[in-house]
Amino acid sequence: MNPLAALLLRDLRLATRAGGGALIGALFFLTVVVLVPFAVGPDLALLQRIGPAILWLGALLANLLTLERLLATDHDDGSLDILMTGRVPLELVAATKALAHWLATGLPLVVITPLLGLLLGVGMSVTAPLTLTLLVGTPALTFIGLTGAALAVTLRRGGLLMVVLVLPLTIPVLIFGVSAANAAIAGPLPFGPPFTILCALTLASIVIGPFAAAAALRHGLE
Amino acid sequence: MQLRAHNLACVRGGREVFANVDFAVDAGQALLVSGPNGAGKSSLLRMIAGLLRAASGTIELDDADGELSLAEQAHYLGHQDPAKPNLSVAENLEFWSAYLGGRRIAYALERVGLGALAGLPAAYLSAGQRRRLSIARLIAVKRPLWLLDEPNNALDAAAQAQLAALMNAHLKSGGIIVTAAHGPLGLRCARRLKLA
Repeated sequence: MNPLAALLLRDLRLATRAGGGALIGALFFLTVVVLVPFAVGPDLALLQRIGPAILWLGALLANLLTLERLLATDHDDGSLDILMTGRVPLELVAATKALAHWLATGLPLVVITPLLGLLLGVGMSVTAPLTLTLLVGTPALTFIGLTGAALAVTLRRGGLLMVVLVLPLTIPVLIFGVSAANAAIAGPLPFGPPFTILCALTLASIVIGPFAAAAALRHGLE
Repeated sequence: MQLRAHNLACVRGGREVFANVDFAVDAGQALLVSGPNGAGKSSLLRMIAGLLRAASGTIELDDADGELSLAEQAHYLGHQDPAKPNLSVAENLEFWSAYLGGRRIAYALERVGLGALAGLPAAYLSAGQRRRLSIARLIAVKRPLWLLDEPNNALDAAAQAQLAALMNAHLKSGGIIVTAAHGPLGLRCARRLKLA
């Protein structure tokens, strides 16, 4: 089997087995979104207006919660050392781990978004573009977080540092994700421009993230 | 094939751990690195494996596959045993074997005496059994250079003898072993390097 396919398969297996953490993100997301209507009150118009923002915030925080596991578990048990003696470039190893992380924790968020949209009174016609923004935007959150996770493992106990580093970098994704979703709901701006910028952010982070993460890991060799 | 280090120095946290270390190990030879705690035995092995940058000096492997880096031809057996608790023994080894490019999984598990436990989740292994699972990686994937950091840790007498046999077989087939250990490990033709 291809080394990277083996790594992807292993990470997916680890995430979905008992104690794996694939569901932690989705459950956290569910909790945040379910609690908001109780806190805000049964004002449907208000919920509809802030619905996309809440879903995006929930996804962002759920992603942040699971990011620490992305590299820390492999670092703590010595797997990372062996991964680095492999014959595939470290950049591809980092990218593969991020892909596995997104498939296990990001994709479930996207899948349950239509259901949660219902809870927030976001109409069916709006759910589709809203879910689309999350589908396109969550990989950016993971690949930006990849760099933070790599820095955190090389600095030992860098969990808090990771949050501080990653959150500011995710702000553009949040802005364009929410504005694309809002444009689809209320207008008057068209859906296209913010959505294309969101796509661009995702593509850029997929390219830059693995290189930055590999550089951080190599730098941590000292 | 020859592993050569020239004028190696190691600095950790601003403190010089060792300096001016030179050695050469030929194919079929083992290098036994000894020294007190904190002398830099583990650091030296991590340097050879490419996991730690040398403050100065060079390490090279002569007459080996020129397209591969030193780390890509080395097996690194550190203090930790990278076994994932919720994968089975066989799944753990299958992953490393697929990732590093080996194939002899069943044979390797038999050789280290874990054949009967292949289906058991690694969470239930003892420290010694986890160690043996790591050693199985060396058998499943063929690489010329073995870097073993106190490989006898947690192993019982029978497993230590087994490991000695494995290491001697590896040397006989033209491999190189660099190991940090306090005892002799039962190695034939071992040279010594003492770190002060």
